[in-house]
Amino acid sequence: MARHDAALSASDQPLLRAEGLGKSYGRLTACRDVSFELYPGEVLAIVGESGSGKTTLLQLLSAQLAPSTGKVCYRMRDGVMRDLASIGEAERRFLFRTDWGYVHQDPAQGLRMAVSAGANVGERLMAVGWNHYGRIRDTASSWLERVEIDVGRIDDAPRTYSGGMRQRLQIARNLVTAPRLVFMDEPTGGLDVSVQARLLDLMRNLVSELGLAAIVVTHDLAVARLLSHRVMVMKGGRVIEAGLTDQVLDDPCEPYTQLLVSSILPA
Amino acid sequence: MSAMIEISQAEKTFIMHLQGGIRLPVVSGVSFHVDPGECVVLAGPSGAGKSSILKMIFGNYRCDGGRIGIRHQGEQIDLATAEPRQILSVRRSTIGYVSQFLRAVPRVATLDVVAEPLIANGTGRAEARERSGRLLRRLNIPQRLWGLPPSTFSGGEQQRVNIARGFISDLPILLLDEPTASLDAANRAVVVELIGEKKRAGVAMVAIVHDDEIRHQIADRIVDVTSFAAAA
Repeated sequence: MARHDAALSASDQPLLRAEGLGKSYGRLTACRDVSFELYPGEVLAIVGESGSGKTTLLQLLSAQLAPSTGKVCYRMRDGVMRDLASIGEAERRFLFRTDWGYVHQDPAQGLRMAVSAGANVGERLMAVGWNHYGRIRDTASSWLERVEIDVGRIDDAPRTYSGGMRQRLQIARNLVTAPRLVFMDEPTGGLDVSVQARLLDLMRNLVSELGLAAIVVTHDLAVARLLSHRVMVMKGGRVIEAGLTDQVLDDPCEPYTQLLVSSILPA
Repeated sequence: MSAMIEISQAEKTFIMHLQGGIRLPVVSGVSFHVDPGECVVLAGPSGAGKSSILKMIFGNYRCDGGRIGIRHQGEQIDLATAEPRQILSVRRSTIGYVSQFLRAVPRVATLDVVAEPLIANGTGRAEARERSGRLLRRLNIPQRLWGLPPSTFSGGEQQRVNIARGFISDLPILLLDEPTASLDAANRAVVVELIGEKKRAGVAMVAIVHDDEIRHQIADRIVDVTSFAAAA
């Protein structure tokens, strides 16, 4: 958290900026007119029901989908703000391999299921030029420990892992290159409640220790409350309400946000 | 000396869209200030808007009008219009809040729940834990419980953990929402003592307390919230 605080005060410039971002498929508009800024160390949650445009927005922000309108700018490691549409394919791949992480809801999409856990983590390091086997293996082991996976399982393939372990391995694979921004799409979806709590606690600690910026798509308001500083509520492809997470959840203004908040079943 | 908190003409109305858009005016014309080393107690019956005012000062409830001036890192910042990242910065280094109920992360040990605000401000983990332990001991939480998450504790124990978490930091403003509500006499006395220490350290406090005796012991000034009742 100390690093996190330093990151907030030292770099008073946004890491990512979305301007009038939108995507339509013919007559269907999946997402329209989204503008916001994300600062280093900030965690932003995007909440809303299925079909509200959350995942489309995440794909636009992470340059996996080309926008129909507007643009996404990202501050590269050299400090220059670049329009993601203007950078070349090689640079975009470099971003994905080093500066960004992407945690999929289904770990099978983010992992290589047939190779060992150690190789899954090590692969990202090799992609950025690491070539010393011993160092790669040591780093992979220490990351498995950090995400609470028994190092004795390093040579097993993730298809032999439980759902919660796979998700933790996917997180280790993403964080090993010290990215500055991590995208997460329903990171706790499909997991048992007890497994979810452990994963959330782990993510929360990692994000604050590493001073990461993150954009987390979730339909679960409890996840948003626990992980994020700010929240954007989406409905019908638009952002209908945005602000400090506890403010939006404790004092929701828009009818749809009030409905979302009041629909949570008390435990 | 300049005030730590300076509120003028602040107002809050809830609009309940799920109940046909009913307007619930909570408070209006809220104006008062708090100096360093002073404890202002908000008085008034239940439902008068005391907790809402506290939440507005913490930036947890939005403010529909007026100004909530907070002295933050040597400058005054208006929380009614501040950006989310400014509010987060104010919460990290200026305003602490002891809510009525503890909202803790599952799985985190009590000692760390209490130490967390210090660590967030750059104190080393070992020192933060040591101070956490000292405070928990003062508040009579037995050491054998420190390694457990507070969700397993009784109501009174949880509240004392919450108080420890609120009092551990050296923040210049502290908001207290019924800090003694479910405590026994011995622990109430500890809280009164802690509040006294904060005053001597120059901390500005706003508190809600229903117990007349406690109020008498801690209040330097009383602000009657009924005068801010919003006209329906």
